[in-house]
Amino acid sequence: MQSKPIALTILDIVSVIVLGVSTYLALVFAPTEAVMGNVQRVFYFHVGTAWVGLVGFVLAAVSGIIYLITKDMKWDRFEVAAVEVSTMFFFITIVLGSIWARPAWNTWWTWDPRLTTAAVTELIYIAYFMLRAGIEDPEKRARFGAVYTLLGGLSAPITFMVIRLFRTIHPVVIGSQSAEAQGGFSMTPDMRTAFFFALFAFTVLFVDFMWHRLRVGSLQEKVEQLKLKVSM
Amino acid sequence: MPSSRPSLFKATLAIVQKDLAAEFRSRELLSAMLVFSMLVILIFNFALELDVKVRQSVTAGVLWTTFAFAGTLGLNRSMAVEKDRGCMDGLLLAPVDRSAIFFGKAISNLAFMLIVEAIVIPLYAMLYNEVRIFQPEFLGVLLLGSIGYIAVGTLLSAMSVQTRTRDVLLPILLFPVAVPVLLASVKASGGIISGADFAEILTPLNLLIVYDVVFIAVAFMVFDFVVEE
Amino acid sequence: MIEVKKLVKRFGLKTVLRGLDFRVEPGEFVALLGPNGAGKTTFLRILASLSRPSMGSVKVAGHSLPHESAQVRARLGVVSHMPLLYPDLTAEENLQFYARMYGLANSQLRITEVLNMVGLEPRRKDLVRTFSRGMQQRLAIGRAILHDPEVVLFDEPYTGLDQDASEMLDEVLRSVAAKGRTVVMTSHDLARAEDLATRFDILSRGVIAASAAQEELKNTNLLAFYKQSLEIKN
Repeated sequence: MQSKPIALTILDIVSVIVLGVSTYLALVFAPTEAVMGNVQRVFYFHVGTAWVGLVGFVLAAVSGIIYLITKDMKWDRFEVAAVEVSTMFFFITIVLGSIWARPAWNTWWTWDPRLTTAAVTELIYIAYFMLRAGIEDPEKRARFGAVYTLLGGLSAPITFMVIRLFRTIHPVVIGSQSAEAQGGFSMTPDMRTAFFFALFAFTVLFVDFMWHRLRVGSLQEKVEQLKLKVSM
Repeated sequence: MPSSRPSLFKATLAIVQKDLAAEFRSRELLSAMLVFSMLVILIFNFALELDVKVRQSVTAGVLWTTFAFAGTLGLNRSMAVEKDRGCMDGLLLAPVDRSAIFFGKAISNLAFMLIVEAIVIPLYAMLYNEVRIFQPEFLGVLLLGSIGYIAVGTLLSAMSVQTRTRDVLLPILLFPVAVPVLLASVKASGGIISGADFAEILTPLNLLIVYDVVFIAVAFMVFDFVVEE
Repeated sequence: MIEVKKLVKRFGLKTVLRGLDFRVEPGEFVALLGPNGAGKTTFLRILASLSRPSMGSVKVAGHSLPHESAQVRARLGVVSHMPLLYPDLTAEENLQFYARMYGLANSQLRITEVLNMVGLEPRRKDLVRTFSRGMQQRLAIGRAILHDPEVVLFDEPYTGLDQDASEMLDEVLRSVAAKGRTVVMTSHDLARAEDLATRFDILSRGVIAASAAQEELKNTNLLAFYKQSLEIKN
């Protein structure tokens, strides 16, 4: 049995601490937003999870390409880990977004570019897992998975641009002047602190989850290897 | 035996002609796509109460949904024919570039899709007295949209036929990735039907072209990875 | 004609071929025998350039795989237990299609020649879907030798054939081999393999466990040799 590395345990503890601090900053430290009230506090985690969800999606596409070039199964494990972890974060993003949208836009869901692209991305992830589930040969599974993450990674930005043609009400929080009219707001320095710390906290959490998932992946492979040895 | 490796063009052409010859004999794929298209339009007719006012705004959506659904039928079938009797191996064994297989299959799939469109659109125009769809711009959008859809669809169908869940998997893989083509096509053709300025449909049209170029290039590059072992 | 050194093929963690060495001289007819799951089909697919070796070197007709696969494919014919034919095309159209894929000149003459050889000339205008299993298999052989390959691979060509069809196939296989072609065939049917092949290789657990030329088997029969070779391994 491969024992858990100490660094990982330390990272676990750090993750819990930064998540705790980030929660405190979001819920207590940051001032209440004037127009939307307390529900705006969802924003910090909403953007935090969206950020790592996006990073994971890009990482998956990149490791897919590296896999296709090197054919090293390590990159396949990395790709699966990235997709799995960011599927979870993206799902949280969508749920938090809905909670925010209900009082802000008076609806749980709206077909705006960001929301729709997020939903389509989730569907691409789900299709990815269904594709993998249908293939026995691990090498073929890795190849097809890599090709599909590549296609998904290319189509998601175009999806976003296309849906922008149908109109949007999603606030562009950073660097937009007309944002306030659509439910956006400008951040005070304290809000900014909470915001950037949330980004940091979720990045740490993402790295921690990735590490765990990669470790599970290589343990899985070890189990398969041992099974094969027994059956020989 | 005098033989030389056939060029990419010749091999592609051979595959396309083979597919068309087989299809014009059996008409299995085209008849399935056509009947299915008509059924979808019939269902939309009642589901959306396609009266004059509604039609104005939903014609483009109805047509593209129909073509997308019918397209997956054709794509699935066209690749299953190759897989079931080992013909894909036969193609891979020929001393031709693998991209000839991709382009050959994609062009025949596109031909099937365009034939279905060429029959369904006049029928739709007749049934609903919608003559505005006979505009060169509309047909151009139809072609661009079909090209992008088929390029990705051909690649993904080559993957899905190799899986356990082949019959159900293709639409699940294809639709989320093809969302941009379908939406841009709906936007552009809807604009044309409602008589919008050309400037207004220029953006979706550009996005369609971008999608087509990017995905033909990528499908062409990764097709090897999908058929090799 | 075929030279394989230390061939390893893995599917994920499962190793199917483990350092296999294999050599075939021009004109030999090698029967590749072995139990199910020994890796016969996998090995043949690698020789056919349909599957990539994980490790080791493979040379067919003077070209190495997988880098020169196009050259190998032009000199190679493959018959598997699947027909590799289009049911909605006629026998002639199927061959015409493959002739174009192989870039053959004068294909019409060659197609007639091949159809005569496999005894399907009278049915050349009939759809392949109307053919019996045996006829399809004979046409599949015609398809495989259309471009006059130097090396022909047969993967279980007798699968699903009745007695008559098998006998007809025997004849076709003999005439394929008669032209000095190099043939590798996998089969479960020891009796048929014994008649046809000039050498017998037993594939077991991912390596060639034993090999014997036809002359060496004069005193003992193939079945005894086969059983004996597998027992040594166990």
